[in-house]
Amino acid sequence: MTTIRADTAAAVADAVREAYDAGRTLEVVGSGSRRGYGRPVDADTVLDVSGLSGIVDYDPAELVLTARPGTSIAEITALVAGSGQHLAFDPPDLAPLWGGAPGAGTLGGLLALGLGGSRRVSAGAPRDHFLGFAAVNGRGENFSAGGKVIKNVTGYDLPKLLAGSLGTLAVLTEVTIKVLPAPRAGTTLTWFGLDDRAAIAAMTRALNSPMVLQAAAHAPAAISRCAGEVRAATRLHLAGVPVAVAANAANLTDLLADFGQPEANDDNNAIWHDIGSVEPFTKGGEIVSRVVLPPSTAAAFTAALDPASDARWLYDWGGGLVWVILPDAEDGHAAMVRAALAMTAGADGHATLVRAPDAVRRAVAPFQPLAPALAALSDRVRQRFDPGGVLNPGRIWARH
Amino acid sequence: MKMPCPDDAVIADRVALVRGLRSVSDAVIDDPAELAAYASDGLTAYSQLPLAVVLPRTTADVAAILTYCHAAGIKVVPRGSGTSLSGGALPLADGIVLGLGRFNRILDIDLANRCAVVQPGVTNLAISHAVAGDGFYYAPDPSSQIACSIGGNVAENAGGVHCLKYGMTSNNLLGVELVLITGEIVRLGGKALDGAGYDLLGIVCGSEGLLGVVTEVTVRILPKPECQRALLLGFPTMVAAAECVAAIIGDGIIPAAIEIMDRPAIHAAEAFVHAGYPLDVEALMIVEVDGTPAEVDHLIAVVDALALVNGATTIQASTSDIERTLFWAGRKAAFPAVGRIASDYYCVDGTIPRRTLPAVLTEITAIAAARGLSVANVFHAGDGNLHPLILYDGDVPGQLEAAEAVGAAILEECVRVGGVLTGEHGVGVEKRDLMLRQFTAVDLAQQTAIKCAFDAQNLLNPGKVFPELCRCAEMGRVHVHRGATRFPELPRF
Repeated sequence: MTTIRADTAAAVADAVREAYDAGRTLEVVGSGSRRGYGRPVDADTVLDVSGLSGIVDYDPAELVLTARPGTSIAEITALVAGSGQHLAFDPPDLAPLWGGAPGAGTLGGLLALGLGGSRRVSAGAPRDHFLGFAAVNGRGENFSAGGKVIKNVTGYDLPKLLAGSLGTLAVLTEVTIKVLPAPRAGTTLTWFGLDDRAAIAAMTRALNSPMVLQAAAHAPAAISRCAGEVRAATRLHLAGVPVAVAANAANLTDLLADFGQPEANDDNNAIWHDIGSVEPFTKGGEIVSRVVLPPSTAAAFTAALDPASDARWLYDWGGGLVWVILPDAEDGHAAMVRAALAMTAGADGHATLVRAPDAVRRAVAPFQPLAPALAALSDRVRQRFDPGGVLNPGRIWARH
Repeated sequence: MKMPCPDDAVIADRVALVRGLRSVSDAVIDDPAELAAYASDGLTAYSQLPLAVVLPRTTADVAAILTYCHAAGIKVVPRGSGTSLSGGALPLADGIVLGLGRFNRILDIDLANRCAVVQPGVTNLAISHAVAGDGFYYAPDPSSQIACSIGGNVAENAGGVHCLKYGMTSNNLLGVELVLITGEIVRLGGKALDGAGYDLLGIVCGSEGLLGVVTEVTVRILPKPECQRALLLGFPTMVAAAECVAAIIGDGIIPAAIEIMDRPAIHAAEAFVHAGYPLDVEALMIVEVDGTPAEVDHLIAVVDALALVNGATTIQASTSDIERTLFWAGRKAAFPAVGRIASDYYCVDGTIPRRTLPAVLTEITAIAAARGLSVANVFHAGDGNLHPLILYDGDVPGQLEAAEAVGAAILEECVRVGGVLTGEHGVGVEKRDLMLRQFTAVDLAQQTAIKCAFDAQNLLNPGKVFPELCRCAEMGRVHVHRGATRFPELPRF
């Protein structure tokens, strides 16, 4: 497969227009750190946009940062940290799941996947912080949408549509995101030994209290053991001004007294990096699925997984996200996982095959199949951006 | 302002249309006296009788009506409570209005999943009321929240004074049931935090009724903060006030709200509600913080100190909810207060990068003065969302046109400094013809292409948001003034 490098918006437009005119297809790649997500792309040519990088504008008081999409997440988080700010949606460091180096990846790739980290439950997903962009559609036209201010309802909110579209609608050439002040202090309270149902009950009570948690996660004993612990661990992350963190930690301890006494640990970055990046699941080549569902159905869902399958799991988002790791199987256990999900969460949940061998992700739909009317509508939307099917063909759905 | 050419054949065939609608719905209004109630929304400068109004009760009703209209080529204007300030629910001469007011039930309050499932005609505030007993609320709070419907909030991506911290409708919306113009029913999102596939929910929210008709809404609900306090801060210059906002945010604080009023707005508000505002300042700021008591008291102390450093001449912290409400009373009455000092006012809604605020305010004053008009300014300072109120007298020939020209020039200035045409009121018909000031023709073509994916015949709310080539019918204009605004009971801020 040949590779074209495009380091400017004009070069991207030229490359896409030429491919469109010639009836060829492109796989759009930045650093390639998340290339294992979705279906393997069947394209004629790789369009390498990793050189389309650099910060364009950052004014901390405006809470806005504009950068080219090839800019590394590490560079951006370091830059904003210098002004006491952070990316509130908590970009998960997922590259190691696919064998990449920790900390790898670009802003464009992060937005293309659209996956929120542990703070998704309190601060939203990348889509909630994606304010505007310039991009090239599948006809090779440069266009823009959204804006560079934090409050804007002018025209359709296309940044939200592009977040998570895996480069199948347009190639981003510049993006503007919201940045927010990072909390000054934080602590993580951990309760040990709770079973799944008790853990979700505890997390729900905490999230439903006025104590404003950053994140809430539960690692059952089977997963905790991977991390060198022997007991299930239920973790709640509090952050803010130091006086509030101390007061809220005391309040939460009282509120959850019937679940036992927690241990406090202030090494929040390490703890939550490991949870957000599913660190216990990065070793080995097994199947990893990511299941988003209403928290009240999470424990029933995991209980419905085939006990013979040797499934293990980790809850984040107070139970609203379940990561499932399974041994290799021909269909990646997709049918079993989705059947358990349908039985317990109905249409409110969806399961994504995040890590599986290429052949499995090619044979099995890695993304939850949509209802027919919604699938048809989604494909009509895609065609309105990329009528020639030039961009990342097959990355989300097999080509028709 | 012009609308797309009405189709004379459709208008001539109105009797057949009404008969056809009655074959699929038992709630069709065609009496002109009753239709008049639907002729305008909150943008009262424009008015148009629709051919008919249909008031369905169920999703199946909506699907049947849309299926009929799709087959017959009839244009449809969806409408919630009709409080839009940008003309989003303005009827079309050759179309029907689809009113969702009868979808007024709260279907499910699900505390374990921190969400509520409601019908689109439920008012914004009714959601908060329904969950208040359990210690929850629904965060977005547009000023019309006692009347505006959640379906309309979804259509407009409505904001409010607290969106700096809590986000707009879109950031608090989990799912919708949507009926397409073809009558097909799709569900986007649900009770989980993210849905599967493309984020179509993200573009349906804020699509101003152009993509589909929302028949069910799932929103996130949040635990109510334990404590709220406000600071009232007066500054000798607008520059000092703007610098104080930057200092607060630069210090790592995201208050629940930061509002600023300029001298004309302060004086009008104080004369109206006697909130105790200082009259010798150029800028008055209200900063509200919320959270647990320890957090709130700490933040109040920090903001107090920052205000002092930035030259505030008045610093008052609320010590009770009564006092906090009093601080807000003047701000929340600013629109009617301005209505007392001028016979008419026109509210503008743009967003700018906050650093340009003092310069833009100077420019706004100059733009209005060049047309012989004056302006009172209130704005959501935390997120740079301006609401200049242009004062005019509709009895003086040419002043309404002058006010509209001033409004357009102010929005062009917002775009010129790097901002946008609308922060929360929507484009509607009001700002439609300014879209090419913010976007290129290619940008708009990509947006309208999405419309085609949802509504290939352009039957849902045509003539809104996007400028069209064919516009030949001049809208009838109704002159409403001297307090005779539509929804006079609604606060607007």
